Amino acid sequence: MSRRRVVVTGLGATTPLGGDVASTWANLLAGKCGVRKLEDEWAQEASVTFAARVAVEPSEVMERVEMRRLDRSEQFALIASREAWKDAGEPDIDKERLGVVIASGIGGVITLLDQYDVLNNKGARMVSPHTVPMLMPNGPAANVGLELQAKAGVHTPVSACASGAEAVGYALEMIRNDRADVVVTGGVEAAIHQLPMAGFASMKALSTRNDDPAKASRPYDKDRDGFVLGEGGGVLVLEELEHAKARGAKIYAEVMGQGLTSDGYHIAAPDPEGAGVTRAVKFALRDSGVDLSEIVHLNAHATSTPAGDVAEANALASALGTHISHVAVSATKSMTGHLLGGAGAIESIFCVLAMHHHKAPPTINIDNLDEAVTVDVVRDKPRDLPAGQIACINDSFGFGGHNVVLIFRSYEG
Amino acid sequence: MALSQDVVLAGIKEIVVEVAGIDAGLIAMDKKFTDDLDVDSLSMVEVVVAAEEKFGVKIPDDEVTKMATVGDAVNFIVANGK
Repeated sequence: MSRRRVVVTGLGATTPLGGDVASTWANLLAGKCGVRKLEDEWAQEASVTFAARVAVEPSEVMERVEMRRLDRSEQFALIASREAWKDAGEPDIDKERLGVVIASGIGGVITLLDQYDVLNNKGARMVSPHTVPMLMPNGPAANVGLELQAKAGVHTPVSACASGAEAVGYALEMIRNDRADVVVTGGVEAAIHQLPMAGFASMKALSTRNDDPAKASRPYDKDRDGFVLGEGGGVLVLEELEHAKARGAKIYAEVMGQGLTSDGYHIAAPDPEGAGVTRAVKFALRDSGVDLSEIVHLNAHATSTPAGDVAEANALASALGTHISHVAVSATKSMTGHLLGGAGAIESIFCVLAMHHHKAPPTINIDNLDEAVTVDVVRDKPRDLPAGQIACINDSFGFGGHNVVLIFRSYEG
Repeated sequence: MALSQDVVLAGIKEIVVEVAGIDAGLIAMDKKFTDDLDVDSLSMVEVVVAAEEKFGVKIPDDEVTKMATVGDAVNFIVANGK
């Protein structure tokens, strides 16, 4: 029996560029930036005073009573999954064949910190009974699973900034292994709070370009000085190909394969040789069965840190060899900021749409391309990708040395 | 001064509206928290803590388990309030 094929039949997102997929994609192609100065009181005295908040607050699309029982990350998950499920045509399927895999890098950190304040200021009795279901990292997946009544399994891979991509890969395997026919998958993050930001700032991981937030996320630029924290999330509906065809579903693209490795190098710093990344790309190519010549686009992890961007570019060049010169590389975090556990998910959506529309999104804020970056970066404006069957790579890395590479291919029917 | 039933019912209505988002007009003495008002076991904890704060009364856990309806809660608070 040949391997079960997996396609994408629904998309949903809430990001710093838009409250849904259509507005996010339009603003991405237009090169808009979602990074802004924070209005929060605590941010005014912080060493970093900006971030990429979602464009549409959950309160604009969600009832107050529902919101108060959900961590912000869970709100993002439900908003994105409702859009994705609707986009997929709300398939009426056997719930025992429906799974959910939604990741988060940090989980309900805002709830945890808020309730700690309640504990200290008002006492233990006033701590909300919703605290634990709100702070648990599997909360976003659990809430979506509950709403959709998914019974094939609800999962939450956690691998820092690679979590969202790892979730998509896990969902792919669930369908390939015949555990499910449809899996709702993605990643979310809601960590724009004083403490996580102070922690990242203390690591010198964040950009400190306080005087010009919209220019702060600048992957591959010579003057990049760290990443910009973003929030939001993305959700994809993955479906077994024959299942999707049988119900006449709209098919955006095919999920071809994944490669997973770990560095064994450092808790936070990337391996300068990028050996783990190179291996992950090779594994993903092998797993996908995609011919190297089909790879025309790559959505890079490129967070705008001085060390990370170059290490990644070198690793990609090493993995793809001379073919790298035929790959249009986009660093969309220049516009969205870094959604941590949501990053791999929204970037998977960007890859799926790039394959569907044959268009690579731009990378903004490169005033002076770092000479050490030798890949072909799509700058300032989107670039048309070749007609016919094309494929692309989405790579994601997380603190801890996690490397996840996903490969998507256009679906030509 | 003892709490009147009307005052306590009005207070409970306010709390349930806040916690469960139920229209105040639907909340009455005979309504069941779980079946009629969408107050699950976790939200019931919120209702109890808020009622204790509001009326200065202690509601022991074994009493909470006996409070099926709004009336059960109102009557307990009227009987035990100051």
